[in-house]
Formats: sequence, structure tokens, C-alpha cells
Amino acid sequence: MIGSISIAEIVISLMIVIGASFALIGSWGLVRLPSLMERLHGPTKATTLGLGGMLIGSLLFFQLEHGHWTTHELLISLFLFITAPISANMIAKVHLHHLRIEQANAGPAGKPTNPPSDSDWATYEAPRPITSEAPPSDDR
Amino acid sequence: MISYAVIYGLVCLALALGFNLWRLLKGPSIGDRILAMDTMVINTIAIILLIGIANESGSFFEAALLLAMVGFVGTVAYCKFLLRGDIIE
Repeated sequence: MIGSISIAEIVISLMIVIGASFALIGSWGLVRLPSLMERLHGPTKATTLGLGGMLIGSLLFFQLEHGHWTTHELLISLFLFITAPISANMIAKVHLHHLRIEQANAGPAGKPTNPPSDSDWATYEAPRPITSEAPPSDDR
Repeated sequence: MISYAVIYGLVCLALALGFNLWRLLKGPSIGDRILAMDTMVINTIAIILLIGIANESGSFFEAALLLAMVGFVGTVAYCKFLLRGDIIE
């Protein structure tokens, strides 16, 4: 029975098991961690490692067991790897705005300090019109 | 052997969806709910991939790709609405 298991099956099963375990650990981090800034870590790693592992397993499965390439996995992984940081950035911005109006739990990271100049963080400021002039430098 | 791995993966992802649902219902802030919804979409894509492997059919990938796109657009639209009060300005 053991002799009938090929290397390809072992590798595919290993990729699926690793991917599913990372997805489970990421979702457990979503439950376990104390505030939203920490909770953002878990699911973003689940996207990259968990779905990446399962997509590689699926790619190898269709190549090694059926002998034809499928490019859909590459499309899905490319799209997910592009969009995961963008959605995490948007959720972090929502969290920063909730911190500013004192509604959210700041967690161990605390509130962000102000930037060194007299301006504010870009996400808090109103959109400015684009001007062709160079911004005034500080070293005069 | 692959079938056992697929069963293990489906059990893991079902548990992960349960955790996400707990976070979605509990909150406490609206950002947590958006994050839980985004993670649920990602776990659902993984479940669709595993069902595609179990059925040995390549026609599930279109559903996974569409779900990836719609989930991203939904997350960004909800965040944009909370940040700016409007989606398309």
C-alpha cells in the first residue's frame, strides 16, 4: 500500500495540508489577537502562505495527475497578492480614523504619534489640489 | 492520499470560517467586521479550490477568480464609504 504512493501525491498532499493549516492559524489569530492593528497580521499571512500553498498544490495536481497545465491558479494568486495589501491598508486607515474619534481599542501598539513636521498624517487631511510648484523646503 | 489531504483541508477551512464568523458577529469595531468578511471570502476561495481538486475538474477556477475580484471590490468599497462618506466621488 505504501509502495503505491508516488512522490507527486506526497508533494501535492503536503502543499494542501500546509496551506490549510496556515489558513486555520490565520483565522485563529483573527480571534485571538487583542486589537485591530494586530488582527490585521493573521489573515494577511493566511492569504499569502495558506492560499499560496493550496494554489501550488492545485497547480501540481493538474500537471502531475492529469498532465495539462492550468494557468487559472497563477491568475488567482497574482490577483490575491496584489489586492491583499491594498485591502489591509484600507482597513488600517478605517482603524486610524476610529482611533482619532476615540471609539476603538488602541491595543498594545497605542495611538500613532504625529509626524515631525507641523502637518498631519495624509489619511487625516483633506485632499489638496495638485499644484505644479515645488513644496517649500525646510532648510532655509 | 490526496483525498485525505483534501478532507483535512476542508475541516481546517470550516473551522477557520467558524472563527471568522465569530469575529464578524462580535466586532467590536466596524473594521473588525470588514476584516472578518474579507477573510471569509479568502477562505471560501480556498474551499472552492479544494472542491475543484476533489472533483478533478478545472471549471471551479472561474468561480474562485470571480470571488477574489468581487471580495476585493466589496472590501475597498466598504472602507471607502466609511472613510469618505461616498464610494465614487
